[in-house]
Amino acid sequence: MAEPRSSGTSVPRLDGPAKVTGRAKYAVDLDVPGAAHGVAVRADRAHARILEIDASEATALPDVLAVVTAASLAPIDVRFGHISRDHPALAVDKVRYAGEPVALVVAETRRAAERGARLVRVRYEDLPAVIDAEEALADDAPLLHETHPGRTGDEGFHNTGGTRLAGNLCAENTLGWGDVDAAFEAADLVVEGEYRYPMLYGYAMEPYNATALFEEGALTVYSTAQHPYMVRDDLALMFGLPLARVRVVVPYVGGGYGTKSYTKVEPLAALGAYATGRPVRVALSVEEAIYTTRSDGAVVRARSAFASDGTLLARDMDIVMNSGAYSDNSPLVCAKLANRCFGPYRMQALRVRCRSAFTNTTPASSLRGFGAPQGNLASELQLDEAADRLGIDARELRLRNLVRPGEQILPGKRGVDADLAEDLRLLTESLGWGEREGVGFGISASDAGAHPTSTALVRIHGDGSASCALGATELGQGSRTVLSQILADGLGLPFEQVAIVQSDTGVVAYERTTGASRTTTLVGRSLLAACDDARRKIRELASELATEVEDAPGGVVADGEHLGYGDVIRRWFGSGGEVVGSAAIRKHGEFEQLPPFWEIGASGVVASVDEETGRVTVEQLTTVGDVGFAINPALVHGQDLGAATMCLGAALSEELVYDGSTLSNPNVVEYRVPRVGDLPHRVDQILAERRDGIGPFGAKGGGEGAGNPVGAAVAAAVGRLLGRYPRRLPLTPERVWRLAQEAEQRETETVRG
Amino acid sequence: MTATTTTTRVTGVINGRERTLEVDNAALLLDVLRDLGLTGAKPSCEMEVCGACTVQLDGLPVSACTTLAVELDGRTVETVEGLARSDDALHPVQQAFLARSAFQCGFCTPGMIMSAKALLEANPSPSRDEVVHWLEGSICRCTGYESIVEAVLEAAEAMRDG
Repeated sequence: MAEPRSSGTSVPRLDGPAKVTGRAKYAVDLDVPGAAHGVAVRADRAHARILEIDASEATALPDVLAVVTAASLAPIDVRFGHISRDHPALAVDKVRYAGEPVALVVAETRRAAERGARLVRVRYEDLPAVIDAEEALADDAPLLHETHPGRTGDEGFHNTGGTRLAGNLCAENTLGWGDVDAAFEAADLVVEGEYRYPMLYGYAMEPYNATALFEEGALTVYSTAQHPYMVRDDLALMFGLPLARVRVVVPYVGGGYGTKSYTKVEPLAALGAYATGRPVRVALSVEEAIYTTRSDGAVVRARSAFASDGTLLARDMDIVMNSGAYSDNSPLVCAKLANRCFGPYRMQALRVRCRSAFTNTTPASSLRGFGAPQGNLASELQLDEAADRLGIDARELRLRNLVRPGEQILPGKRGVDADLAEDLRLLTESLGWGEREGVGFGISASDAGAHPTSTALVRIHGDGSASCALGATELGQGSRTVLSQILADGLGLPFEQVAIVQSDTGVVAYERTTGASRTTTLVGRSLLAACDDARRKIRELASELATEVEDAPGGVVADGEHLGYGDVIRRWFGSGGEVVGSAAIRKHGEFEQLPPFWEIGASGVVASVDEETGRVTVEQLTTVGDVGFAINPALVHGQDLGAATMCLGAALSEELVYDGSTLSNPNVVEYRVPRVGDLPHRVDQILAERRDGIGPFGAKGGGEGAGNPVGAAVAAAVGRLLGRYPRRLPLTPERVWRLAQEAEQRETETVRG
Repeated sequence: MTATTTTTRVTGVINGRERTLEVDNAALLLDVLRDLGLTGAKPSCEMEVCGACTVQLDGLPVSACTTLAVELDGRTVETVEGLARSDDALHPVQQAFLARSAFQCGFCTPGMIMSAKALLEANPSPSRDEVVHWLEGSICRCTGYESIVEAVLEAAEAMRDG
């Protein structure tokens, strides 16, 4: 059994020297010889039938190689999608949102392709568009998809609300138990409200890009994908190729946060390469990236019933998500939002309905913690409001209702593998709860880890060093470093004796995804199992060389003599050689019960409000990283602060705004992400390590959790300062100023009354 | 329609080496540098608000995404690739970014480092507030900035002592 030696220490990041010297190569930095450039012609309207695409002027340009459209590519079906195969890489017959790719101009240079794209004339017949999600679900709403796309049937997405879909309903998930109406009837207090979480743009600083080439009957794509194997599957289907003949390679990635999950720009590059026979590179601008993916905005109508002692009796949540023109990952977001909108609290009755609506807007998909931040805002703010109205301390009210270690949040699912009450105590102590003004905090628990399929290959080389080829992508979270620590400990080797190769489907072992905070936990476990397999094989070889063989750190003891791995390999082979271990984990055994782990969020802020301007300043941020065991504490802190900062952006300034049917802020000037000046004056990062996770040495995932309660925490802090809880994010100065005016007015009226 | 392209011959110093280049009049400094294989400066916002493409032009930090390549003529450009001859001889700013793990995905890092270096050359003893103010033009989406501010203050100290 492996012991943590390297694990548990903040070893320096392996990618450090490459990243501080500018040597680190990202997909956008790759120079594929002979590559042509593809630029998309994008729809200038939200919903319209395509009558004609006239590319004659564009194709007449000397450097333009081809203008590719869905029609020109027939019989290739240009649609892709892992849950619903409803997303055309190039619009088929009609466009469903402003910014949708209609044609791809391929030219010798990027500039020529851009010039060509401006010369493609598209004639449309406009159709009525629907931008608002609730309007989209009305009976008389314009229909986006005339025939409902259905589901791919992937077992990993079986619970994504795919039954009885009609009209613009993209997904619907319901869950619940107990007699909800009776519980509300019997309640001493009912808190009710409508909460709004904005549509967000993740702004990974490297915009989506891909370079594709066909060679020797195989397709190779270099891209920014978080899940190269998922992209491989979509491309194989599109081009009718065996999986073995599609290779997706992902170098360093300039930010992911879920936004680079699943297939994005890869089909455009591949279709361009298919049509021209040239390697084709498609590199999007930030504006085009915003037209590629955003997160699901949500309207949450929530009711919570309480007894006078603060016991939460029941909740009733009705949620509508604005999911954009195509399914992408929204059905899974919908399922997760349903699961994540009410807990982690015990209650006798629950009713949740979460609907995802197609609208004529940019397709929505994953963004860090998806579903959790949207639901947590309503869930936590109603506890704060109930505490005030019942005259109970908001921390005490939560402690009364939080699930205990091992208790189920969702019936039949894994019991919670965390001590939430203790996390809450650590959090509120750091924030000075009860002693300071403007404190807000929140708790969340997410069913994380996704579908637990992971494989790993470990090679022990002739000199006793070891390497591993695995499909988890290094997005900046530090997985290369953490997995190297686990590999070193799995084999009893020094950190300096191991290396990891990642994210090349032509080389590495299968990995389902890099998301849902799963890498350390699940890949870590498949990696440890592969180490065990390699060690077993070393012992087998050694037992052909000696009579008595025992396992030992970094090798074996054979007939009393310590032999390193390299000694065994060299003696057995005579010359050269290596030992290969492999392993897989799947939804089976320890991993049968989902989720593989619960990802905990326990974060809070101390904020102040300038009532003259409405500007909110976050004075202090505290995160509690309940990660079981921190393989690399510095990297856990990095993930926690990064997640919390992103969600501070959503709390205070970030929101994609539609003006009519076009997006009014598709750039990073008008869409404002946190800058260094927004950094809280004090940042307190606490680790709670109780070795209670299913991952290596008791670890469990982090990286999303710390952000999930931040929106609610900021809203609670502002609410306490103003005497009225806001119910809509982001808390822009204007919204806060108005709230302050209303609160003041109400106070005046109360005094008069 | 045919596009007419005009080019200009420019001579400038890039990372200590004089180069004469025939550049398209409309070409951006960022594209020309990247075509030379200097891919440390990154394209991102394309409107000089994110800082990922920051290089030093005659010592001043500029956004290469909105600087014309013809501006190079008679001037000196330094990119992140020009800072260190080897990993054992990193610039103090690079060293501090490593020591503080002041990056995650690393896409903003070259621009962030060049911006910080320009600050420390202009002001060897910046206060924390001055560092924050100076870096307001550089976005990092991963770290939450704290480690970056710490790294710049640490580099300032190392440069003063060194």
